[in-house]
Amino acid sequence: MRNRILALLLICVLIALPTITRELGEASLLALATRILIYGMAAASLNFILGYGGMVSFGHAAFFGIGAYVVGILATHHASGEPLFGIIPGTDQMLVTLPLAVLVAGAFAAAIGALSLRTGGVQFIMITLAFAQMLFFLFVSLKAYGGEDGIIISRTNALPGLNMRDKATFYYVVLAIAVLFFFGLRRLTQSSFGTVISGIRQNERRMAALGIPAYRYKLYAFILSGMGAGLAGALMANFLRFASPDMMHWTKSGELMIMVILGGVGTLFGPFLGAGAFLILETFLAEWSENWPFALGLILLVVVLGTRGGLQALIDRVTALVRGGAK
Amino acid sequence: MILVLEQILNGLQYGVMLFLLAAGLTLIFGIMGVINLAHGSLYMVGAYAGTYVAAETGSFWLGLPAALAAAAVTGLAIEALVIRRLYNRDHLDQVLATFALILMFNQIIVMLFGRSPVFTLLPAAFDGSVEILPGLFYPPYRLLIIGAGLLVAVGLYFLINRTRIGMLVRAGSTNRDMVRALGVDIRLLYTVVFGLGALLAGLAGYMAGPILAVQVGMGEQILLATFVVVVIGGVGSIRGAFVAGIALGVIDTCLRAFLPGLLRNVMPASEADALGVGISSMGIYLLMALVLLIRPKGLFAAGS
Repeated sequence: MRNRILALLLICVLIALPTITRELGEASLLALATRILIYGMAAASLNFILGYGGMVSFGHAAFFGIGAYVVGILATHHASGEPLFGIIPGTDQMLVTLPLAVLVAGAFAAAIGALSLRTGGVQFIMITLAFAQMLFFLFVSLKAYGGEDGIIISRTNALPGLNMRDKATFYYVVLAIAVLFFFGLRRLTQSSFGTVISGIRQNERRMAALGIPAYRYKLYAFILSGMGAGLAGALMANFLRFASPDMMHWTKSGELMIMVILGGVGTLFGPFLGAGAFLILETFLAEWSENWPFALGLILLVVVLGTRGGLQALIDRVTALVRGGAK
Repeated sequence: MILVLEQILNGLQYGVMLFLLAAGLTLIFGIMGVINLAHGSLYMVGAYAGTYVAAETGSFWLGLPAALAAAAVTGLAIEALVIRRLYNRDHLDQVLATFALILMFNQIIVMLFGRSPVFTLLPAAFDGSVEILPGLFYPPYRLLIIGAGLLVAVGLYFLINRTRIGMLVRAGSTNRDMVRALGVDIRLLYTVVFGLGALLAGLAGYMAGPILAVQVGMGEQILLATFVVVVIGGVGSIRGAFVAGIALGVIDTCLRAFLPGLLRNVMPASEADALGVGISSMGIYLLMALVLLIRPKGLFAAGS
């Protein structure tokens, strides 16, 4: 009940946010909120395999970048009028680009996952990193799509009946997708599939003994996770009107992991909290000092060494204290 | 032919550098079970400290002990302050904590030395080039690096295979818990191994100075290649690090040198260059993926 009230309150604040930022005259806050929602979805996707499934993927930015490139490449071909591979016409319709980005990211995740999941532990971390680096260098070498400089997307994808150029409208679209995404993820983690995934993390051999094909379940989870990151990437490309290889650089994968661990590994809402904390920290530290990476590193180190369970655990502990005090 | 030989020598030199970094990393990995992303930072610290002292004193050789000392001291400090708390954590915490260290070290270097690359002077005796084969002129400094790297490899071989501490290291990378159960002070062993790894990273960093630019982020560039070497060679295996390091160094260098030229035969020059660079950058990762698919634990994994 409490959680429902909190969730309702949060949704109300998120819906009112464009009006609030307009009244305050702080347009940059709305952009920050949009980025938090988008990165939150990417981090939550990573958290699904990392936190629930125990698969530490160090190459998740690859799927994020692929989602962005799907939007970028389709926009390029739409602008030039030349079909991709001579058959696929470009488009700027979001109803086409987003599902396509999700599917393409899912296809890449299927291929990468099928190979990577044959290993485990450190080797899994490194092989996912390796695949992400390969894709990074592939896009760097694609001169037709800007190479290192990336693709500039001349206008945000269109949705029928909406003016997507308006920042607030775009924010609402992202918010709607994020809310759907969040409830979908919640449904997924509570489903029997989600339970199996958690079971595999706890003891893979036991699940195998119960007759569950662990490899196949892990692969499905990996694909879903890649699709989620692809969706976030496609939205990010629309938001920035830009797609570049930097989006799949290994430090981006590291940042996604930071968001997950900041918020709380294996929690539903944690990655959104973590994305918020990371982006807000980054923004305000950058305003405060040019040496912000040092401060960020220090905070991160303290969080990793000092807290177990990230912000979500901290909040749980505080609310438990408050409730204990109220009794 | 001369060109191929020259590139193979360049590859050997790069491979030796990779080996110096990978040797420490693979031991830290294998014995302590810690993924240390900050290993590249030790390489950078060594390069900056050595180059700074060399520039101040005007002597290349005085920079060397400074580089080694700075890297070793930094290594021991982060082992005591951070890494020690990570031994029993999962890989995720290790990756993040050492990622945080990278951010901090890079920024410290920016604060101290600024962002622009620093150039190192070559030792006078090793300037210019020598004719090592008829028609093949080669810079002696690179030969010095190859020689130093091979020397370290031989030294490590004796240290690991012929001394008591080496025996403990080998035992540690095969079965950590058993070594502890037998009453060995594993914490001291960890510190020694980490210090040794840092020392080698500092050596590699300082020697790389005159060839590559000494700049912020130099550690990360070589770090990923080093991880590829460690994983291909097998975690915890010095022999694996040596074989994989040399092989990867030669393959990577030759791909970069010859692939664009080969591609130019089949496509326009500008595209061939871009694609060639891209594919040769992907080469080592492709190799790692292939090796892991065939041997999931790497080529010379300890304890397998």
